[in-house]
Amino acid sequence: MKYVDEYRDHAVAQKLIAEIKRTVTRPWTIMEVCGGQTHSIVKYGLDYLLPKEIELVHGPGCPVCVTPLDMIDRAHAIARRPDVIFCSFGDMLRVPGSNGDLFQVKAEGGDVRIVYSPLDAVRIATANPSRKVVFFAIGFETTAPANAMAVWHAKAQGVRNFSMLVSHVTVPPSITGILQSPNNRVQGFLGPGHVCAVMGYREYEPIAARYQVPIVITGFEPLDLLEGTLMTVRQLEQGRAEVENQYARAVSRDGNVEAQKMISRVFTVANRSWRGIGIIPKSGYRLSYELQDYDAERIFEVENIQTLEPAICISGQVLRGLKKPHDCPAFGRECSPQTPLGATMVSAEGACAAYYNYGRHRVAVESLGAKV
Amino acid sequence: MCLAIPGKIVAFHERSGMRMGKIDYGGITRDVCLEYIPEAALGDYVMVHVGFAISKVDEEEAARTYKYLTEMDQLQELEAPEPELGPPEAER
Repeated sequence: MKYVDEYRDHAVAQKLIAEIKRTVTRPWTIMEVCGGQTHSIVKYGLDYLLPKEIELVHGPGCPVCVTPLDMIDRAHAIARRPDVIFCSFGDMLRVPGSNGDLFQVKAEGGDVRIVYSPLDAVRIATANPSRKVVFFAIGFETTAPANAMAVWHAKAQGVRNFSMLVSHVTVPPSITGILQSPNNRVQGFLGPGHVCAVMGYREYEPIAARYQVPIVITGFEPLDLLEGTLMTVRQLEQGRAEVENQYARAVSRDGNVEAQKMISRVFTVANRSWRGIGIIPKSGYRLSYELQDYDAERIFEVENIQTLEPAICISGQVLRGLKKPHDCPAFGRECSPQTPLGATMVSAEGACAAYYNYGRHRVAVESLGAKV
Repeated sequence: MCLAIPGKIVAFHERSGMRMGKIDYGGITRDVCLEYIPEAALGDYVMVHVGFAISKVDEEEAARTYKYLTEMDQLQELEAPEPELGPPEAER
């Protein structure tokens, strides 16, 4: 496939790795922000190919992972209602709430449907005027324009039985939060390529300057990730702290202005709670006041939600780059993608799930000296 | 989740007032909303996320990056060890 296959060329990857080895003179800790980047790194074993001086730690950019448990419970309560058709992206269905997952809700008679695009949910609403169609709107800035358009379009078309349960988060406040932490280890970032395709990268420039940290907007293919790492290492070695754009084929400094306009028409910046991390001020979106008739959180009052996260889970520290999955005693034992205990195991893009799915729990168990 | 896939615009159409396109991903085609890429033309490549084109692939930038990557460090090639010219392992 054009613009995919050529970025997986292993001969070019070898050259990039050789160049990184020549450039690096001392240890550096670099965080890739996106779950999709984490998934690629672990899938292709890129971290194993890098020189030992470079440690990649995995960031908070997995929206499924950071959707708080109380929001998932709220989604399940709405999906169980007989008058509701509950629509969601496929990755959300396996995420367990306090009482099972959306597959279980569906098995028990809830009308739960997987949609590929939020516009599909609007079409389902048009086709089922007697039912209330609720779309579970999660995601980062990449997904926000699509979800915003669904509401805008529903309103324009007079579709009154459509609403959204919004749990949108944004990247820059989470990066700032990591950098402000007294325990922070991250010295450079591979920035979120597709988030910046929408938002551009101007808002990262003050972060790089204020915290003196290089941020290289990076794509998702193996060569993108290696080139992004090389650009970050060059900056670190030269003592620079700038925003650079590795992913220029898809990202411009200003981003997609039309998409940004729609986001600000439909959403308002709000405080958001991140699973494993807690509340981060102004770190997400909710529907604007003018669109509250489409806000499922207002339409369906769900009370008495009480959630309890397992004390053993260290996903909050994994999401901030403080720990790795195999630092957790539960990893690969009580906690696996089938029985996830926390944020980073619930989605294939979570660091713990990526490590598990690509066999790294075996390495972890052996290194702990346990008998397999 | 933030996955976006590059595909080529092969046709335009309208659906309930929205500008849509048929996008070809190496043989598979899907309908995609093009409202956010008003300048998109037939044959352009766009990055598609959950049924929406979010950016146009800049072909010049793509070619430039790829050229840089493939030509990077050609001198290094000269320093590479000579390939092993002996018989294949199976015949040894």
